[in-house]
Amino acid sequence: MEIPHTVKPRPDTGLYNSKIGIWLFLASEVMLFGALFSTYILLRVGAPEGTWPKPGTMLNIPIGTINTCVLIMSSVTVVLAWASLKLNQFKRFKLFQAGTILLALTFLVIKSFEYNDKFTHYEVIKKDGTVINGHLVSQDSKHVVLEGAILPVKGEHKLGDHPNQQPAHQHDHEHDHEGGGDKAGQNAQGGESTHGETGQQAHGSESGHAESGGGHHQEFEIARSEIKDMDNYGPWFNTYLAIYFTLTGLHALHVFGGAVVIGYLWGPGSKMWHTEPERFTNRIEISGLFWHFVDLVWIFLFPVLYLL
Amino acid sequence: MSESNDTHEIQKEIRTYLLVFGALLVGTVLTVMASLIDVGAAWNMTIGLVIACTKGFLVAGYFMHLMSEKTTIYAILAFTVFFFLGMMLLTVAADSDVPAV
Repeated sequence: MEIPHTVKPRPDTGLYNSKIGIWLFLASEVMLFGALFSTYILLRVGAPEGTWPKPGTMLNIPIGTINTCVLIMSSVTVVLAWASLKLNQFKRFKLFQAGTILLALTFLVIKSFEYNDKFTHYEVIKKDGTVINGHLVSQDSKHVVLEGAILPVKGEHKLGDHPNQQPAHQHDHEHDHEGGGDKAGQNAQGGESTHGETGQQAHGSESGHAESGGGHHQEFEIARSEIKDMDNYGPWFNTYLAIYFTLTGLHALHVFGGAVVIGYLWGPGSKMWHTEPERFTNRIEISGLFWHFVDLVWIFLFPVLYLL
Repeated sequence: MSESNDTHEIQKEIRTYLLVFGALLVGTVLTVMASLIDVGAAWNMTIGLVIACTKGFLVAGYFMHLMSEKTTIYAILAFTVFFFLGMMLLTVAADSDVPAV
């Protein structure tokens, strides 16, 4: 039996059925992401003063910007692929959609580097109260080696506290003040040796260079017996990272799923072009609508998580 | 519509897509630049969201063809907008719902 209205519009809706289908699905997707966005708002508004990370302190803005452009470009190749089919240019369609798939993979690869950077980023609280923050170089049963800096903390510090604390000697910048009044002078506990050198690298907002810092990071070899508490920047680390991983993880799953569908319609699924070109063109439009939605979500995720 | 007319239409649309592409890239650069200028958290937030909404409008309106879609789709989306806004308004409502300490 033939599936009705895959090409010819249904008289009452004026649309072929799968278009209604995808829009109903996207409507439910809006509610899914909407729920998580409102969760984000509630978590952020409810966070105690000074505990929500400032822009650029957690994520690398240039990398996020590049990924935004990658996704926008992929949206353009999708729509141009569809237009190529409308113009009866199958070869150009193939070319544009190949571009889409490559861009989708580029996005996921960049994202996985960002994730990896978080999972190898540690905060260590030593028994003497010193807090060391940096990337894992190596670890064994006796030692943990981090490349990073000492955080100027005062009093009781728990993992995930004060994400805006800058390493010692961060030169003054208006962004850095909140909760950081205890900067200079608190480093005594960090020991003389590290004092002068930890200054420049700063997980600073001005460079936007939150991670993988610029060569001035110092290496700390910490004996496990001196460690009171340590953890990496996974979703468990603090509220911001929890919602960051939830939102971007769900989004990345969508990118992956979209790429699989587009890949199928580019490869084996494209045979349909030779038998039912109009139906195939509609399939491309439908997969494109999903892809644009994924792009749309990222357009909001990028400023919300990276910039604001 | 005749075949050649159709072709002409699509070619015009392609030009629109490329313009939208340019606008989206400009929007991305603008939103990053705007975020680096400190005009107070509230204003930074507003500017960031206004640019994001504009970009979102361009994607939905042109790439997703919502500028010229059938009434049925608009009807579906009217429900979506209603419930989506409702959900966002709940966060505002929650703001005044502070437990007594």
